[in-house]
Amino acid sequence: MSLLPGVRKRGFWLYLIPGLVLFTIIILVPLVWNIYLSFTSYRGIRPPEWIGLDNWVKLMGDDKFWVSFQNSVAMIVAMVVVPTLLGLVLAALLFDLVGKKFGGKFASFLRATYYLPQILPVAIAAIVIGWILRPENGALNTVLDAVGLGALQHNWLGSPDTALLSVMVVMVWVQIGYPVVIFMAALQRVDPELYEAAELDGANWFQRFTAITVSIIRPEIYVVVLTATIAALKVFGPIYALTRGGPGDSTIVPSYYSYSEFFQSQQVGYGATIATALTVVIVVLTIIFILAQNRSERLENER
Amino acid sequence: MLKPHRQKPRRTVGDWILLIAVVLVAALIAVPFLIILVNSFKSPTDYANGGPLSLPSSIYTDGIANFWQRVNFPEKLWNSFFISGTVAVFAVIVSVFNAYAIGIGRVKGRVWVLVLFMIANTLPQEAMLYPLYFMFKQVGLYDNVWSVIIIFTVVQSAFGTYLLSAVFGTFPKEIIEAASLDGASRWQILRRVVVPISRPTLSVLLIFFFIWTWNEFLIPLTFLVSNANQTVPVAITALQGDRLMDVTTTSASALLGLIPTLIFFLIFQRTLTRGITAGSTK
Repeated sequence: MSLLPGVRKRGFWLYLIPGLVLFTIIILVPLVWNIYLSFTSYRGIRPPEWIGLDNWVKLMGDDKFWVSFQNSVAMIVAMVVVPTLLGLVLAALLFDLVGKKFGGKFASFLRATYYLPQILPVAIAAIVIGWILRPENGALNTVLDAVGLGALQHNWLGSPDTALLSVMVVMVWVQIGYPVVIFMAALQRVDPELYEAAELDGANWFQRFTAITVSIIRPEIYVVVLTATIAALKVFGPIYALTRGGPGDSTIVPSYYSYSEFFQSQQVGYGATIATALTVVIVVLTIIFILAQNRSERLENER
Repeated sequence: MLKPHRQKPRRTVGDWILLIAVVLVAALIAVPFLIILVNSFKSPTDYANGGPLSLPSSIYTDGIANFWQRVNFPEKLWNSFFISGTVAVFAVIVSVFNAYAIGIGRVKGRVWVLVLFMIANTLPQEAMLYPLYFMFKQVGLYDNVWSVIIIFTVVQSAFGTYLLSAVFGTFPKEIIEAASLDGASRWQILRRVVVPISRPTLSVLLIFFFIWTWNEFLIPLTFLVSNANQTVPVAITALQGDRLMDVTTTSASALLGLIPTLIFFLIFQRTLTRGITAGSTK
């Protein structure tokens, strides 16, 4: 039943037509087309030529592709693991300690500061840190020199040993505010009496934190981990702005790899294969997360 | 520690140490902004002499002015503003129509439509990129801001539909029934009842769509190749590593890139924090 008595439901379809038509043209058709292209050899000029699984076979043996996924794991560490763990502690401290003993205003101010990098276009955020890491006369190198640590000066983004690590630092900086804001909102659900009871039972801060806080805000932890993991797998802007995947392939990620196959190497079929593989990974991960979340909610309810 | 109302909070030494720790983290996050701010107002010589941490010996605005003219910054601001504003309005309209059919009309197959939109939210843009590039070239909209506007209207409305359908699903039934009994048509109910009542949610969506579109990178980079069409993030990124950019001009470029979003943040801070947290429990 529609919410309108006496009004035929079918008429509502009219309102869905513009949205669905647009969606089909802009999302569905290109998506299917891209999957089709992954089975072709296509250089963008003459029509695509069907080559079956050749691209996929090549992909499985392509070291550069596997490196790009390894780097995605590094992005997950920088954008999911570190920010979520740090975010839990920071949110709990801001909420419990700063908010209650030093004033809610001050806690909100700190929260806004943590969130600041999140509002920037991510390519600009990367450029801000990239400027500090400049090889010649960069701020970090100059400061190191000034404090007598000149030996530690380094071409942070330009040498293979530190480039990935530098990008990871950028991403931690960008990402840290997101879990803090969400967890702080979630903490408002926690009943203070639970803490008092636990305190009376002799539980220390860490025990209360793991047993009460973490278990109550678990839904938000799932949301943060899922959305941040998807974002980590999609990282493109910072790589494009800072390293273009280099030096060598040391910071290449799947999205940049497919972009460069599309528009630099003109290997459109192979680029489509990489993009399709990335899509499959993201969709599978999303499904696993949602199933895991439902399962943990069920277990929680059964207790 | 958790009895704020009953007694004046007692601050122990441990509390102060933890406070210093969280403030230090905040400082660490804020420092890059301050460094960029300070160095954008220095001349290259001033930078070479005083280093990155000193205050400018005199206020030097040539770096900012040079970069401003070099990229024709007002043009880029207008492009970003036009694209993001148009997308925000169109995407809200499309989302409202979709959600009206799904949340209030409860059309058949609505669950599938919602699942479709939800999956679309997680897809990487690379998976549509080349076909879109090909399609827009064919219809002559490549290197035209409208290509980006059309794409993001669809991308943002996928999220908007998802969120608004849930909101409309809980719409007070009596109000719609009353309007319907008064003889209002479907269109009138949408225009005169549903939209006015859900205006707060719609304005949050509008702001979000605007900022998200402003911050987009991959698709504007691919579709807006000529200088005159570029958005702020793309134009600034394109000039990084340019030989004509000295060290403080580069800093100025980063400053110009972050100022617009900082302004949005200051204006919409409350709406944003409310929106982020509302989105998290969807």
